[in-house]
Amino acid sequence: MIVAQQKPLEDIRQMARGFRRLLVLGCGTCTTVCFAGGEKEVGLLATSLRSALGQEIEIEEAVVQRQCEWEFLDQVGEAVGRAEAVLSLGCGVGVQGIGERYPGVVVLPGLNTTFMGLTEAPGIWEERCMACGDCLLHRTGGICPVARCAKSLLNGPCGGPQDGHCEISPENPCAWVLIYDRLMQQGRVEQLEEIIPVRDWKASHSGGPRRIVRPDLREMVEEEV
Amino acid sequence: MPAGSNLEAVLSAGRFAVTAELGPPKGTNLGVVERKAEILRHCCDAVNLTDNQTAIVRMSSLACAIHLRRMGLDPVMQMTCRDRNRLALQSDVLGAAGAGVRNFLCLSGDHQQFGNHPGAKNVFDLDSIQLIQVLAGMRDTRRFQGGDEFTGDIPMFIGAAANPFADPLPYRVVRLAKKVRAGANFIQTQAVFDLEIFGRWMAQVRARGLHEQTAIMAGIVPLKSVGTARYMRDYVSGITVPDAIIARMEDAADPKAEGMAIAVELIDAAREIPGVRGVHIMAVGWEDVVPILTERAGLLPRPLI
Ligand code: SF4
Ligand code: SF4
Repeated sequence: MIVAQQKPLEDIRQMARGFRRLLVLGCGTCTTVCFAGGEKEVGLLATSLRSALGQEIEIEEAVVQRQCEWEFLDQVGEAVGRAEAVLSLGCGVGVQGIGERYPGVVVLPGLNTTFMGLTEAPGIWEERCMACGDCLLHRTGGICPVARCAKSLLNGPCGGPQDGHCEISPENPCAWVLIYDRLMQQGRVEQLEEIIPVRDWKASHSGGPRRIVRPDLREMVEEEV
Repeated sequence: MPAGSNLEAVLSAGRFAVTAELGPPKGTNLGVVERKAEILRHCCDAVNLTDNQTAIVRMSSLACAIHLRRMGLDPVMQMTCRDRNRLALQSDVLGAAGAGVRNFLCLSGDHQQFGNHPGAKNVFDLDSIQLIQVLAGMRDTRRFQGGDEFTGDIPMFIGAAANPFADPLPYRVVRLAKKVRAGANFIQTQAVFDLEIFGRWMAQVRARGLHEQTAIMAGIVPLKSVGTARYMRDYVSGITVPDAIIARMEDAADPKAEGMAIAVELIDAAREIPGVRGVHIMAVGWEDVVPILTERAGLLPRPLI
């Protein structure tokens, strides 16, 4: 899922200053799961803002199932219509989705969208994927060196790992030590002899923003219409 | 294809080679480079120019390498994947090769977090093994990685680093093998203090026959003080400093002299290990020590080939 965290209250207060009617809009999917933008967080943030910004501001609260899909955003049309600004507690996609659906309203990002990751343990999330567009997990024992190695090295560890940790932080495991251990466990360590050649990063963000068009699905939709 | 560098000549003549590191200045004073180069001129076969070492901005290795070339020395231009993508790396190589630089050392690079621009956006378009491949491809096919041909000669002696001491230890020789397969002609290792681990690694290197396909040079770092020794042990990732060495530095009345004595012993010991074909001395700002160490280790005068 997409993992995000709330911006410092002071930053949010600065952004929201000057608006008289604010809609704090949560998202029911990823940011709910990572406790950054669900119903509870919307309520807490609205309360803090009311006390921080005082009488000058009227704050409404709402949560949609997903801010990244039109059908859910359409459900809050009226609330958005009443607001001067929407403070989104969705990821960056949600923020932009609201902006595209309702171009007349100012949208403020209440969260910092941080990474795609999984829940390591309650209260701990870790990055797992950078959406590089050409997944190579089959070559690396199912552990991603693009996202999890601080240098995105593809052919084995740098000279830095010590006691299994990455050179940049004793908190992070070295992705390549993890890869090595996993392949050892699976008896496939000879996989690491293979040289992964120079990559074509076009499939990643280096090729510009990405777009997927599925003609098969498009045809189906057009037939229905 | 012979690259025509002095380092290559010494190694192919079967002589025990010596390289030393020169850290470019944190500023514009090329005189510093000249002064250090003069110290190193007669006591090593080639001089490494570090590339923003430990992610601290310094005069470029490209500029310093060209300057050394003009002074008649044989430079080893270090290149990290951290700061430049394949376009920049290849254009730097063309510039250096055009100016007579022949030795290129391919590195991943220390993470920017350690340097003076921790907020920098890093590159890592290639990793060090891929950089070796790209350079070998340029040399052997006279084509860029992207496929276009270019004009002019590009003789290159391609180097890489190896760390026998970092995790996971059993993988270290595999990584070396990959570098050799990618086209590394010579290897400079991380600082050797732990001869036992180094010896074990060399045994694995020989078992795979890698010492015959590439020239392995053992990294030597002369210790200046017990503080440096402890710092290396505790804070420099991928360096192992055995307790015995720390203890010797602690007990020494003259730590610098002791550091030199240890370095000479390490050079002697490395020379005795089959398959080690040279030493790479990284004096980290203490370049004056290199003539002394090479003299005491009986490595002077350097061969003229
Ligand atoms: S290889 Fe690319 S797509 Fe696969 S997990 Fe890593 S970043 Fe994500
Ligand atoms: S220590 Fe491991 S994870 Fe960290 S940069 Fe080096 S190879 Fe990557």
